[in-house]
Amino acid sequence: MYSPEIVIEALLNGLMLGAIYALIALGLTLIYGVLHIVNFAHGALLTVAMFAVWVLSARFGMDPYLSIAIVAPLMFAFGYVLQRFIIGPASHGKDNSILLVTLGLSIIIENALLAGFQSDTRTINTDYSFRVVEIGPLLLSFPRVVGLGVTVLTTLLLWLVLNRTDTGKAIRAVAKEKLGASLVGISVPHVYAMTFAIGCACLAVAAGLLMPSFYVSPKTGAAFVLVAFTIVVLGGMGSVPGALIGGLLIGLVEAASGLFFGDSLGQIGIFLIFIVVLLFKPTGLFGVQQ
Amino acid sequence: MTGRGLLPVAAAVAVLAVIPFLGISGSLLNLMIFMMIIALAAQGWNVLGGYGGLSSFGHAAFFGVGAYAMAILQARYGLNAWLALVIGIALGALFGAFIGFLSFRSGLKGSYFALVTLAFAEVARILANSANFTGGAAGTILNLQSGVAFLQFADRRVFLLVVLAFVAIGLLATWWLEHSRFGAYLVALRENDQAAQALGVDVFTVKLKAIALSAALTAASGCLYAQDYLFVDANIAFGSWISIEALFAAIVGGAGTVLGPLIGAIVLLGLGELTKGLSGGIPGLDLLVFGVILVLCVAFSPNGLVTLLRRLGIERRGFPAKTAKEA
Amino acid sequence: MLRVEKLTKRFSGLLAVDAASLSVEQGSITGLIGPNGAGKTTLFAMIAGFLASDGGAVIYEDKDITGLKPHVRARDGIARTFQIVQPFEGLDVQQNIAVGAYMHTASQAEAMRQAAEIAQRVGLGGELAKASSGLTVAGRKRLELARALATRPRLLLLDEVLAGLNPSEIRDVIPMIRAIRDQGITILMIEHIMQAVMNLCDRVFVLSQGKMIAEGEPAAVCADPNVIEAYLGHGAAARLKLESAADA
Repeated sequence: MYSPEIVIEALLNGLMLGAIYALIALGLTLIYGVLHIVNFAHGALLTVAMFAVWVLSARFGMDPYLSIAIVAPLMFAFGYVLQRFIIGPASHGKDNSILLVTLGLSIIIENALLAGFQSDTRTINTDYSFRVVEIGPLLLSFPRVVGLGVTVLTTLLLWLVLNRTDTGKAIRAVAKEKLGASLVGISVPHVYAMTFAIGCACLAVAAGLLMPSFYVSPKTGAAFVLVAFTIVVLGGMGSVPGALIGGLLIGLVEAASGLFFGDSLGQIGIFLIFIVVLLFKPTGLFGVQQ
Repeated sequence: MTGRGLLPVAAAVAVLAVIPFLGISGSLLNLMIFMMIIALAAQGWNVLGGYGGLSSFGHAAFFGVGAYAMAILQARYGLNAWLALVIGIALGALFGAFIGFLSFRSGLKGSYFALVTLAFAEVARILANSANFTGGAAGTILNLQSGVAFLQFADRRVFLLVVLAFVAIGLLATWWLEHSRFGAYLVALRENDQAAQALGVDVFTVKLKAIALSAALTAASGCLYAQDYLFVDANIAFGSWISIEALFAAIVGGAGTVLGPLIGAIVLLGLGELTKGLSGGIPGLDLLVFGVILVLCVAFSPNGLVTLLRRLGIERRGFPAKTAKEA
Repeated sequence: MLRVEKLTKRFSGLLAVDAASLSVEQGSITGLIGPNGAGKTTLFAMIAGFLASDGGAVIYEDKDITGLKPHVRARDGIARTFQIVQPFEGLDVQQNIAVGAYMHTASQAEAMRQAAEIAQRVGLGGELAKASSGLTVAGRKRLELARALATRPRLLLLDEVLAGLNPSEIRDVIPMIRAIRDQGITILMIEHIMQAVMNLCDRVFVLSQGKMIAEGEPAAVCADPNVIEAYLGHGAAARLKLESAADA
C-alpha cells in the first residue's frame, strides 16, 4: 500500500491536472451551450495550439507561459474563421452534418500536423519543468500549481466577458433564444463564430499550461478529446460550472486509477464514467432536463 | 421491377471478379483486397448510419471483435478457419446488440450515440492491449497454413474472390433493406422517430436488429482482415482508423444507398494510394485528402458520389434511397 | 369503444391534465375542444401512449391499455395524427403512406399499391412521387391523415387536422372525415374550428385548464355557461345573456 503522503500528493497533482482539463472542457461546453453542436475537432485544435507553443519555444526560445499571449489571439482568429467560413456553411445547420464536418476537420488537422511535423513527440524543457513546490510535507509539481492558478484566472475572465461585455450579452442571448436574438438585430453567425473563437482561445491557454510538463504529437489531441467530452457530459452539456467540477473530478479519477491500476488501464476509468453517464444520466450532474 | 434493381449490383460484382484475372500486379491485387475489406466494413456502417441515421464513430468495436475472434480461435484453440469466421461474425453481431441494447434503451441518438460508440471501441482497445488472453501489446499471430480449410490460398486471387463474395452478400443485404418492410421501418425511424411509432413501428427492436446486422458485416470484415494479414493487435483491431475509414467510405460513396460504400471505398483508397505515390510517401497526406473529401461531400453533395451515378441513370432508386440530409 | 378514466399528467408541479375522463362510442365522431393550453394534446398523447400518465386509466375495447407502448396501441388499431405534422421528410408521398400500410403486409409492392389507393382517397393521388417536404400545409395535413388510414385503424385520433387550412380546404376535408367514419372508423378529434365541430361531431367534451368541464351534444355544450366562461373569461356568460336580453 502507498503511504498517505504519496496518495494525497498524487490526488492533488491529479486535481491540478484536472484544472487544465477543465479549461479544455470549458471551451467545448461553451460551444455546445451556445451553438448546440458537438465539436469533434476540439482535440485537434488543442494539438494545433500545443504545436504553436512548441514552435515559438523551439524556434524563438519563447517561454511557454509567455507564448500564450501570442497563441491565444491566433487561435481566436483561427477559430472564428473555421466556424464562420467552414463549419457553419458546410453543415447547413444539421446536427449530423456538423458532427461529420468537425470529424473531417479533426482528421485534416491531425494529418496536416503529421505531414508537417512527423509523428515524433515534442517536449519543451524549461528550468521549472520539474520544479516542485513544497507545501508542508507535500511536494507538488510547479507547472501544475501554475496551471491551477491560471485556470482559475481564465475562468474569472471568461465570466467577466460573458457577463460584462456586449459580446458576452449577445452570446448569452443567442444561447437562450436564437430567433429572438436575431430579431433584435444580433448576427447569429457572428456570435456563433465569436463563441467558437473564445473556445479556441481557451485551448491556447491550456496548451501554454500543458507544454512545460507534457508532450505534443499530432495524435495528442485525440487522447484529450474523449477526456474533454467525458468532463462536459459529466458536468452537464453546456454547463460552465459543470465543466469546472467535472474537470477536477476527472483529474482525480485519472490520478487515482493510474495509482492503483497502472497508466495503461488508468484511462479506462474515464471512458467507463463517460459511458455510464451517457447511458444513465445523459444530463450530467449540472445539466438541465430538456 | 424487382429484378432490374439488382442489375447494377450484379454488374459491379462481375467486373470486380474479372479484374484480378487480367494479369494485374501483386501490389494492385493487394490494394484490391484491402479495398474490398474496407468496403465490407463500410457496408456494415451503412446499414446503421446510412439507413438508420445512427452515425457510429466506433465501428472498430465490431471490426476488432471479428479480427480477434478469428485470430484467437485459430491460434489459441486450433479451430477451423471457416468455423472461426462464423463465430467471429456471430460475436460481432452479439457485441453490436449489446451496445445497441444499452444505447437505445437510454434513447441515445445523434452525437451522443456517436460518442458512446467511440468510447466502447476505446475501452475494447485498452482492454485488448493489456489482457493476456489477446496477447496483450504483442498481439496475436496466425500460423501460415495454405489450404482451403485454413482459408489461406497460395493464389491470392482466390482470397480476393472470397472477400468479394462477402461484399456481394453485403450488397444483397442492403438491396433487401431497400425492398423490405424492415428497411422501410428503419428509414422511417431515421426520418421521424415519433411518426414511425404512431404507425406501429417498434423502433427499439428495429434499431436493435439493424445494429446487429451492421455489426455482423463489419465483424466479417475484421475476420477477413486478420486472415489476410495473419496478425492482430489492439491498435489494428480496435483502432479508430477503421471506424473512420468505414464511415468515410460510406458517406463519400453515398450513405443509405446500395452501391455507395463499395464505390466510396474504391475511390477513397484509390485516391489515398495516388496521393502517397505522388507525394513520395509523406505520412498522413492520404488521410488529409480523405478529410477534405468528407468535408466537401457533406457541404456540396450530401448524398455522396452515388448521386452522380443516379443522374446518369445507372443506380436506380429503391424505397428508402433518399437520405435525411437531402431534405 | 374508448374510455378515459381520471387521466392525470403533471409537468414538474404543473397539473396539465387533472383527472380528465371521457368516452367515445363505437362508430361516432367525438370532439374534444377547449381553449388554448387546456391540455388537449397532452391528453391525446397519453391516449396514444406517447406520454406516460401520472394516474388514471385508458380502456380501449374493454382492455386496459394504460401501460402499453405507442407502437403496440397502433397495432391494436389506434392511429393518430400530429398537430404539428411529422412527415418522413426524405421520403415521397407514396413512401410515407406505405410505411403505414406495411402494418398489414410485408410486401413492398402491396404496401405501395395500398398507399397509392389511400392517397387517391384523401386527394393526394396526383402527388405520389412528390417529396413530402414539398407539400403545402394542406397537403401535409392530408398526408398525416393518409398515413394514419393506411394502418387500417378502428379508432382514429385527429389532432387539429383543419388548423392552418383556408375555408375552401376546410370544406373539402369535412366530408372526407365524415366518409372515414361511414367506413366504420370511430373518430376522436381535437378541433378549434367550431363550425367543423358543430357539423361533424355527435358528442363533444370540453377540457379547460386540465379539467373536463362539460360534455354533451355540440349545440348544448356551446350554450353551456361554463364553456362560454372557459373560452371568453369570467363573467362572460352573464354579460352575453344581458346583451341578448337587451337586444330583445
